[in-house]
Amino acid sequence: MNDELVEKIKANPSYQELIKKRNSFSIKLSIFVLVMFYAFILTIAFEPTLLGTRIGDGVMTIAFPIAAAIIIISFITTLIYVRRANGEFEDLTNKVKEDVKDLL
Amino acid sequence: MLKIISLISLFTIAAFAGGDTTFEAAQRDINIPAIIMFFIFIGATLGITYWAAKKTKSASDFYTAGGGITGFQNGMAIAGDYMSAASFLGLSGLVYLKGYDGLVYAVGFLVGWPVILFLMAEKLRNLGKFTFADIAAFRLGQKEIRILAAFGSLSVVTLYLIAQMVGSGKLIQVLFGLEYEYAVILVGVMMIIYVTFGGMLATTWVQIIKAILLLSGVTFMAFMILKEFNFDFTLLATKAVEVHNDGQAIMEPGGFISDPISAISLGLALMLGTAGLPHVLMRFFTVGNAKEARKSVVYATAFIGYFYLVIAVIGLGAIVFLNSSDVDAMQYFTDGKLFGGNNMAAIHLSHVVGGDIFLGFISAVAFATILAVVSGLTLAGASAISHDIYANVICNGKPNEEMEMKVSKRAVIVIGVVGVVLGIAFEHQNIAFMVGLAFAIAASANFPILFLSIYWSKLTTRGAFIGGLMGLLTAIGLVILGPVVWVSVLGFEDPIFPYKHPALFSVSVAFFSIWYFSITDKSERAKKEIKAFEAQKVRAETGFGSDGAVDH
Repeated sequence: MNDELVEKIKANPSYQELIKKRNSFSIKLSIFVLVMFYAFILTIAFEPTLLGTRIGDGVMTIAFPIAAAIIIISFITTLIYVRRANGEFEDLTNKVKEDVKDLL
Repeated sequence: MLKIISLISLFTIAAFAGGDTTFEAAQRDINIPAIIMFFIFIGATLGITYWAAKKTKSASDFYTAGGGITGFQNGMAIAGDYMSAASFLGLSGLVYLKGYDGLVYAVGFLVGWPVILFLMAEKLRNLGKFTFADIAAFRLGQKEIRILAAFGSLSVVTLYLIAQMVGSGKLIQVLFGLEYEYAVILVGVMMIIYVTFGGMLATTWVQIIKAILLLSGVTFMAFMILKEFNFDFTLLATKAVEVHNDGQAIMEPGGFISDPISAISLGLALMLGTAGLPHVLMRFFTVGNAKEARKSVVYATAFIGYFYLVIAVIGLGAIVFLNSSDVDAMQYFTDGKLFGGNNMAAIHLSHVVGGDIFLGFISAVAFATILAVVSGLTLAGASAISHDIYANVICNGKPNEEMEMKVSKRAVIVIGVVGVVLGIAFEHQNIAFMVGLAFAIAASANFPILFLSIYWSKLTTRGAFIGGLMGLLTAIGLVILGPVVWVSVLGFEDPIFPYKHPALFSVSVAFFSIWYFSITDKSERAKKEIKAFEAQKVRAETGFGSDGAVDH
């Protein structure tokens, strides 16, 4: 990739829009997952008995649904990201490609 | 090729025949259904290898299956890499032994994936070609970075391989009544055949088939367990608490991560380590474009997440069925201990819920799991030798492709032989620390260089090299001085470094040194490297100029 092409792509409005939107989206989702995971890990480290709180009168504790929820929510976040990335972000990438195709 | 296949079959039969006479713990009869199913698997995968061998012609075919794997297939293969015998037998065994603690590991292993997707997956695809060093060395000094990356890859691969080999030898000993040495040699020979002849294409399909078999197997097991309890998880848990010695304690996290430092450190190792495992990273180069790379993570996360949830059911099921006072359950114990150790809980459970045939199926799947995972590891190690060291360091990036292929195949054989020799040498050693050390090295040496080379414009060769090396040495040093090696292996009374998981410290050392030795690097080369970041960033974001898929 030569300097001229790099400068041209950097100046392209669709490219700038792509970078801005995708970065903020992926950072937000990453922070969400990390906060969720470390809240879990730190609870285990500092207050392990909290997760042993029982649901109703039975033996079931909140620990199990919480672990299952983290696994399921992690999967859902990947789904959310990919739906947008393979749709909107991919369209923007193709737009940039269209704009600079003579130089590629 | 055909000759070799027939030789192997002979060898396998001879090994099985010879095995039962010398097997010490001969409480188990030779498991005929297991052996039949195992042979079906071997036959099918050798067929695939034969097919893949005909399609594997170029270096690109060998390393990345020509980039022609779909997102779904790759997701399945990544899940397969992750669902190793260690996580299948180890995690279900941990739930059987301690209850909820096993699930904490499962959660830690899984949450790395969304983060890899958001921050790494598509950039890996857009920048890389065959190995993760392609990305780290994209704008930095080829020689230094490639040597360091190859060293990081090979350490991770070797440690992982030893752990898998020793595990496989012991597992096969219990399952098939086959002698330890024969089992390890058999695994070594099979993986050499898959990888040298079939390259990445065969390695991927072996992994996919195994993933399907394993997922079907655990699903059936969980179904049979839950059926006993009218598909009510709470009823299952109630019964488990009733029969387990620890009672209600199995329903909450126990004392295994007792202090915050260990907890954070373990979390870091699990999460960042995943993003630095060479055999997982290379899978992102087997798909055609960033779109497929993203899809593969969604599928992988779905399969892995489902697998872990099912493992929780199986672990609790093992508590209920194996610990019951039933006379039938006694056959799984010798001297009050589970036959073959706690890691065999899932295997014994398969016999309870599905009889001899299903036990045979699960045993064959466990063996297949080991074969598939070691094949992926071997390919990753061979790529580091042939693509990073031979092609880019020795030949300055201009190798003769035919020669590079030859080197890679020889590297496979060497790694296979080394794996077998070390597997036999470590039979009676305590190897529990090896996977942990592999994750720590991946998180402290491979990940920081990879991550900063993608995101930080001021990274220079000097910074990456010194920092990566410091991360690597700190990880190894702290594991040796820590409780797992210093106390458990070397037999000293007190560890010099108090924590089991060094990642928090070694990752910090790596990031800090990379930062410090980069910003103080005022050389001409450093200026050029910083300037080259712009072009790299554009390619990382858009994929323009990266290698597309080869049409098949």
